[in-house]
Amino acid sequence: MKRILLGAIGALAMGATAASAGTLADVKARGSLVCIVNSGFVGFASTDKDGKWQGYDVDYCKATAAAVLGDPSKVKYKPATGKTRFTILNSGEGDVLWRNTTWTFVRDVDVKLAFQGVNYYDGQGFMVNKKLGVKSAKDLDGASVCIQTGTTTELNLADYFRVNKIKYEPVPTENNEESRRNILAGRCDVYTTDASGLAATRATFKDPENWVILPEIISKEPLGPVTRHGDDNWSDIIRWVKNAILAAEELGITQANVEAMAAKAGNNPEINRLLGTEGDLGGMLGLDKRWAVNAIKAVGNFGEIFERNIGTKTPVGLERGLNALWTDGGLQYTPPFR
Amino acid sequence: MASIDTPAPPSHSNRPSAHSDSGDRNLLARLWYDKKTRGVLLQILTVALLLAFVSYITSNAIANLELLGKTFSFDFLSEPAHYDINQTLIEYSSKATHLRAGIVGMLNTLLIAVCGIILATILGFLLGVLRLSPNWLVSNMVYCYIEFVRNTPVLLQILLVHGLVVHVLPKPRDALEWANISDAVFFTNRGVFSPMPLPQDGFGWVTATFVLAVVGSIIFARWAKKRQDETGQHLPVFLISLGAVFGLPLLAYLLAGSPLGWDIPELKGFNFRGGFVIRPEFLALWIALSLYTAAFIAEIVRAGILAIDKGQWEASLAVGMSRSRTLNLVIIPQAMRVIVPPLTSQYLNLTKNSSLAIAIGYMDVVATVGGITLMQTGKEMETMIIVIGFYLSVSLFISSIMNWYNNRIKLVER
Repeated sequence: MKRILLGAIGALAMGATAASAGTLADVKARGSLVCIVNSGFVGFASTDKDGKWQGYDVDYCKATAAAVLGDPSKVKYKPATGKTRFTILNSGEGDVLWRNTTWTFVRDVDVKLAFQGVNYYDGQGFMVNKKLGVKSAKDLDGASVCIQTGTTTELNLADYFRVNKIKYEPVPTENNEESRRNILAGRCDVYTTDASGLAATRATFKDPENWVILPEIISKEPLGPVTRHGDDNWSDIIRWVKNAILAAEELGITQANVEAMAAKAGNNPEINRLLGTEGDLGGMLGLDKRWAVNAIKAVGNFGEIFERNIGTKTPVGLERGLNALWTDGGLQYTPPFR
Repeated sequence: MASIDTPAPPSHSNRPSAHSDSGDRNLLARLWYDKKTRGVLLQILTVALLLAFVSYITSNAIANLELLGKTFSFDFLSEPAHYDINQTLIEYSSKATHLRAGIVGMLNTLLIAVCGIILATILGFLLGVLRLSPNWLVSNMVYCYIEFVRNTPVLLQILLVHGLVVHVLPKPRDALEWANISDAVFFTNRGVFSPMPLPQDGFGWVTATFVLAVVGSIIFARWAKKRQDETGQHLPVFLISLGAVFGLPLLAYLLAGSPLGWDIPELKGFNFRGGFVIRPEFLALWIALSLYTAAFIAEIVRAGILAIDKGQWEASLAVGMSRSRTLNLVIIPQAMRVIVPPLTSQYLNLTKNSSLAIAIGYMDVVATVGGITLMQTGKEMETMIIVIGFYLSVSLFISSIMNWYNNRIKLVER
């Protein structure tokens, strides 16, 4: 009996130490990427009728899998609520968090997360029914406010209403779906979350035309991918996959033309370096030479991802706004591929 | 069987080299083959293994936290929480500390536990007695109810009740037209708003009279019991006490010139303001948990009553007691001995089930310390220790009270 017990403890000890190898090696050995996404958020991460994941964040998961494993379908999606996402990432249950997560000081420094840049510039807004006749967030004195608990929006809301001396009743829920149910039932007067989230939620209403997003944007919400502290090689991969998607738009590379442009080296050395026809940037990351080609072929460039999932032609209907390229007056800008 | 104090065979003593070796082996073997010592040895071994396992897990957790660069500390409790809570029993604002937010959450958990236990007990006893009713329809309706509630997940019941409350009750503006009692109590999907009493000068007399009446009733009840023991004469203690506890303060209230103002809720802007409010999240959780636990308690009560021998009924009825007096004075006091131990575990279940509150956004200890504070500070280990420690203390407290009660009512054996 003693031997069995000792054996069990030994096995436990082995299991506990096995997870400490690099994330890249783990992903390659497993043959799939575990991507932590929102549990249900139309336009960003949700399942379609056939149960397939789709959305803005999901496309980035696919691009990462394509860059690392050469196949965008080799992703296992791990849905997380606002509350569970960091624990899932830190415990090693997921490889990367692509779940509209705001980059803040405390999360970056104290919660020991590693933010890898911004793939969506957002800000917190308010949505009310037109019937209420509210024109500004300052008119909301005494209102009941639906909010997702465990998010930065909860803190912004408390700060903003305190500074403006507005009284309110917070109505917290665990996820977007419950907040949606609450606002439709009239449990609250106003729903507050990132403006992109408001638009995405409104797109799922029966009468989206009756709902209005108020002009006030009360916070900066830079959303981006997150990895664990201390795995710099894996962090580099996530950061530069995101940059490659953006660079593709800057350089005019699209899902349709990427194969042709990668067939042989062209005149633009930056395109050549990105697509691996000159030098070996992929090798430096520990990836295949065609890492960026695979990623772009899988989901397209930044503009294509945006328009396909949340752009003005989709039910979500977001303008590029802050997320236009820097050359078009937006904030999206990538460091050079050199 | 060799016993531990059996002397070693003396023949071994003149062979020194092999002697000590085989002697030790004999000693060990003898220790092992002795039933009592073997038991002790195995227990020591088990404890040692358990300690090794626990210390391994602890050191593993500490090492992994260090690997992530996280420290183990409770300093975050003194930092500002920065979030608002919609139901607070003590004063709280977003400028207060995480500790205070945690206490607000704990009080909310205690509130739902206490209210839930009271309602579940009342409903449970009622249903348990009705289940035994000779009336076929009543008995079977209760049976269906109990089986339905006991065999569906409590989380779904909480969500269902919350959905009903939020969808069926009107929005504040519509509550003015219907769903109100004489324009003072309003039922809305933002909560039930009722007038709040505001004590004014002289209300102290009413309170004092109430306290006096309660104390007086207890003394009176003891005296009446003694008198009944001595003379056999019965006084309607309950009715007299009831009259004293409610009647005397009412008299004092009228004599003092009705020193009570009312804060009546009023619709202003989006919501009702003023008055006393019960939030729909509290209401839904309270009703759902009570209904769920009441079904279990009903079965426990039924089992307790059925456990009493039929002879007790017959004997009681034979001396001329009515059915209800038999139940109250003979059957239930004896049944309590069977009822209380499983009842304790239902109280604990209700308290622990209240942690499902987060599903509908009731801000209990799991939602505050174990939820928002955890998210804002990233202190998973520390916040979970606080939450688990809290539930453990509450559960142990409830157990100790129930054990005390159980000792008081259990059969006195002579």
